[in-house]
Amino acid sequence: MSDNANALVIENLQKTYKGGVHAVKGISLTVNQGDFFALLGPNGAGKSTTIGIISSLVQKTTGSVKVFGFDIDQQLEEAKLCIGLVPQEFNFNQFETVLQIVVNQAGYYGVPRHIAFQRAEKYLSQLDLWEKRDSQARALSGGMKRRLMIARALMHQPKLLILDEPTAGVDIELRRSMWEFLKEINQQGVTIILTTHYLEEAEMLCRNIGIIDKGLLIECTSMKSLLSKLDVETFILDIRHDIQSVPALTNMSCRVIDNHTLEVDVAKANNLNDLFSQLSELNIEVLSMRNKANRLEELFVELVEKAKEAK
Amino acid sequence: MNSLYWIAFKSILIKEINRFTRIWVQTLVPPAITMTLYFLIFGNLVGSRIGEMGGVSYMEFIAPGLIMMSVITNSYSNVASSFYSAKFQGNIEEIMVAPVPHYVMIAGYVGGGVARGLCVGLIVTLVAMFFVNLSLHHVGLVIMTVFLTSVLFALGGLINAVFAKSFDDISIIPTFILTPLTYLGGVFYSLSLLPEFWQGVSGLNPVVYMINVFRYGFLGFADISIPLSIAIMVGFCATLWFVAYYLISRGIGLRS
Repeated sequence: MSDNANALVIENLQKTYKGGVHAVKGISLTVNQGDFFALLGPNGAGKSTTIGIISSLVQKTTGSVKVFGFDIDQQLEEAKLCIGLVPQEFNFNQFETVLQIVVNQAGYYGVPRHIAFQRAEKYLSQLDLWEKRDSQARALSGGMKRRLMIARALMHQPKLLILDEPTAGVDIELRRSMWEFLKEINQQGVTIILTTHYLEEAEMLCRNIGIIDKGLLIECTSMKSLLSKLDVETFILDIRHDIQSVPALTNMSCRVIDNHTLEVDVAKANNLNDLFSQLSELNIEVLSMRNKANRLEELFVELVEKAKEAK
Repeated sequence: MNSLYWIAFKSILIKEINRFTRIWVQTLVPPAITMTLYFLIFGNLVGSRIGEMGGVSYMEFIAPGLIMMSVITNSYSNVASSFYSAKFQGNIEEIMVAPVPHYVMIAGYVGGGVARGLCVGLIVTLVAMFFVNLSLHHVGLVIMTVFLTSVLFALGGLINAVFAKSFDDISIIPTFILTPLTYLGGVFYSLSLLPEFWQGVSGLNPVVYMINVFRYGFLGFADISIPLSIAIMVGFCATLWFVAYYLISRGIGLRS
């Protein structure tokens, strides 16, 4: 029976490769329907293996995976129909045209050809690839290839879209347009699981997050609750006039980076109003301000370090 | 689900046909040139000195074997190279992540091999008709044999590609096994010319039975019993199908 409440339920998933590498060591994870879920982890953490198992490209050793209630051991075809996969590597035939790639992919999911052509026009247009429909895939730029893989994964209109580093090597402008597209797809009801090394991307798009390290799930919570764990945030302030000495700030530590730049640590207990009041009292005029590092990045590094120490 | 499988099968087949027609200079032209040379050299120049074989001119005798030889080579190499390239480039994953049963996947790739085998077979037949007046003794047998042969060797190509780890691996079998089997399968001679011992050894070569039935379909005479030859071809097809199905369903060479 299909249980539509959860898009994905993984229980005690393990994978040991033939060479003895224990890539996944008992991951349990639930992704709700309609969620935008980030799966993060350092290189070699087991993210791609987990995605490979969900999409049946990798054989699991033990554990269970259910996609919209369909167990991949018993109802693999039903489960596959629910999933659209955007892999990390370009894995289409470089000599086929853009249109051939997406239309054939729809065919593998049983979409009749005349419907596949309509959908191809829709998705390729949305992803700015329609003009390139008769070009061979090898002639596309890196960003276009990434978008082609997204269009291909959407051709059978999956309920769960899995994106394994979809914006790797893509310039920031294009990345932002892809984010908008993914947000739109998610708002239409498609559950999205995203792995990425751009933590800003995960913070901006995802509502829930799982962090995998060395084959174990070390954190699984909402983005909001994870970010609230951050005790101290560090800000960089651009100052109008020359700074002669380190400003004395109460309850905040401050460093001078150069004559016009300050670095300030603000604890969670304080707020930015305090900071600005104190700076105003000292006649320091702030021109602009930014986070030193992405907040999620700080937490991510902290969690992975903690996991290392625990071993 | 049945209509889903049928659409999936057609999609793989269309992809495969697109592939070999896109590179027609590499896939469809060389057999025509090679066979023209065979007919010119073996059929015309050498054949005129040999005289008759099996009651017909030598050119007429070798024509069915040469057609069959191109069907065998092309059915095999189409699937071997296409399936291995799909593994190498990773685009086999497009099918693996989709709800395509293993038998549909095999049928799609084999269908592509059969399509190329039949295309090339037709081209070589047209070339042959420039050199020899081909008569047809039994159309049904000709069609059945060419179909079974291309299925058999397409399955062979698929099994080869499953195990292949480099492009060299898909040329070893054709060079060291397929070519000798074809040349020693009675394309250029009648088995009755061989000493009894070598006739017995030739019986182990499956290509002998295919050429035997195919030649019977054109010329009306055979070295070996037709029902036995058909049974052997069907037996080989069934065996290779089960081997291919076992390998693909176990994910050998495909899934880690």
